[in-house]
Amino acid sequence: MISKRNSREKASPFRWTLAKKKIVWAYIFLAIPIVFFAYIRIYPTFFAFQMSLHDYNPMAVEQPFVGFENYEKVFTELSKKKSITKSAFQNTISYVVFGVPIQLCLALCIALMLNEIRFMSTLYRILFFLPFVTSTIAIAWVFRMLYQPRFGLFNVILQWLSLPQQPFLKRPEQALPSILALVIWQGMGFAVIIFLAGLKQIPRTYYEAAEVDGASRWHTFRYITFPLLNPSIVYLLVLQTISFLRMFAPVIAMTEQGSGGPLNSTTTVVLRVYREAFQSFNMGYASSMTVVLFAMILGVTIVQLSITSRRIN
Amino acid sequence: MESVTPSNIFKDKGRGSSVGKAGDSWAHKFFSYLLLTLIAFTMIVPFMWMLSTSLKPEKEILRRNIFPIEPTMDNYSEVINETDLPLWYKNSFIVAVISTISVAFFDALAGFVFAKYEFPGKRPIFIIFLTSLMVPTEMLLIPWFIMSSNPPIGPSWVDTYWGIAFPGVITAAGIFLMRQFMQGVPDELLDAGRIDGVSEFGLFWRVAVPLSLPAIGALCIFNFLGNWNAFIWPLIATTRSEMFTLPVGIQQFSSEADTPWNLIMTGASLSVVPLLIVVIIFQRYIIEGIALTGLKG
Repeated sequence: MISKRNSREKASPFRWTLAKKKIVWAYIFLAIPIVFFAYIRIYPTFFAFQMSLHDYNPMAVEQPFVGFENYEKVFTELSKKKSITKSAFQNTISYVVFGVPIQLCLALCIALMLNEIRFMSTLYRILFFLPFVTSTIAIAWVFRMLYQPRFGLFNVILQWLSLPQQPFLKRPEQALPSILALVIWQGMGFAVIIFLAGLKQIPRTYYEAAEVDGASRWHTFRYITFPLLNPSIVYLLVLQTISFLRMFAPVIAMTEQGSGGPLNSTTTVVLRVYREAFQSFNMGYASSMTVVLFAMILGVTIVQLSITSRRIN
Repeated sequence: MESVTPSNIFKDKGRGSSVGKAGDSWAHKFFSYLLLTLIAFTMIVPFMWMLSTSLKPEKEILRRNIFPIEPTMDNYSEVINETDLPLWYKNSFIVAVISTISVAFFDALAGFVFAKYEFPGKRPIFIIFLTSLMVPTEMLLIPWFIMSSNPPIGPSWVDTYWGIAFPGVITAAGIFLMRQFMQGVPDELLDAGRIDGVSEFGLFWRVAVPLSLPAIGALCIFNFLGNWNAFIWPLIATTRSEMFTLPVGIQQFSSEADTPWNLIMTGASLSVVPLLIVVIIFQRYIIEGIALTGLKG
């Protein structure tokens, strides 16, 4: 490529040196980012793989090579009837399977309603958006208080409505949905904004045509809005799936001593990684779990890419 | 459904940019407003509860009244005078500012190079930058921790501002965003600058950056928010209370046997309220920025 350019530009030595100068400057400008990515992003990625093949404990003198033993341990734990690791993976999948569809359906309904109104729509948009920009830890603690048995707001409301009091975070069956409710609540505003942007892209003439044809509201949604909103839906599905797979902060903030309890009913893969790596110092084992998480996220991304590219073709 | 009359079409045209109103009616709008108001209410109530608890005297915390009977600022003075919260505030602010300035500069510069320069290795380098987005930070936490404890030169990075900030001082997503934006900078303008003897860095600093300020602004706001709220890495990178950031500090409030709800709610209020004000001021840019980056993604 360069030699081609050289022969073409030989006639004017000024441009030739300019092209060369630009190449040099491009490298100078990129030097720090390249070093940064190599040392802070790429090297640690390989380091994590390498660590997962060792019995890596920073407190020990030696870090013996153990091959795939850590991975075997992950899969033995997963095949056991009951283990913390199995709970972690099961809960993480529950968060994704229930959280993503509920959040996106709610957000789509809100976006459709917001798209139809003009008066005060900015105010609503800001209000729906506020939870998304607040610190997860701070707001998770607020929800933890709202869920408290004696003085929490939710139980106060239940009492007003003469309904039985609920233990929420204190009972294994209720704890995961309670945490999920916070996460859905907090992230919904983001999905609303993306959906609204997607709705704005749909040409108005389509709706005018539908109206002339006398299409019902449902048909307009089913045959115009929904198909044309598909890029936003796929984008959000992937993004939210990944963010639910990586769930950590709400669980550590809302469970007793950040344990993912009661009885490991809310613990997640990342919480398990954190506790194994930084409380038990089983860093090799923890690394192998992060590699499994990475594989899951990669799988989601590949599915997205294949869907998106199929649509383009 | 509603019959289509000429007056109906006329009415719809008058309504400007809003879309999706096949068969619009007064009742439908009323219903939308009712539901939206209800949802908006559920969005505010937790914040109101947080503020109201932070103003309650200790004896009212476990009572079922929603608003404080005798509002007091005691919790605020206790949190400010008797805990490390002012330090956490300072730490969060310093870390967020350092990384935001760094991200704004380096992401814009790298975006400028990828948008406006041709050089051997451009595509592979760009692709490597982008693929790093696919690796979840959770996978890098353990290596980062080992690297921070034994850096190649100098003392340990644990419990330093650099140690908290380093993973986020340059971001691939930001570089990608800036590249998209800088592609709109006209080449003629850059060439005119070159003929006038402006240095390559001068072209970036005095031509490309001023033309990309909206994108840089959005990048800065997101970065500041992200760093202010960041939790998992600051949790690992700090061990001493004086070096905690706000979210880490709030999480550690509870480590005693009894949960000091009033202090936690006060800390949460102090961490959330300034941010809410910033968000309300910049809401247009933030919402537009999300829509912009979101659709590109």
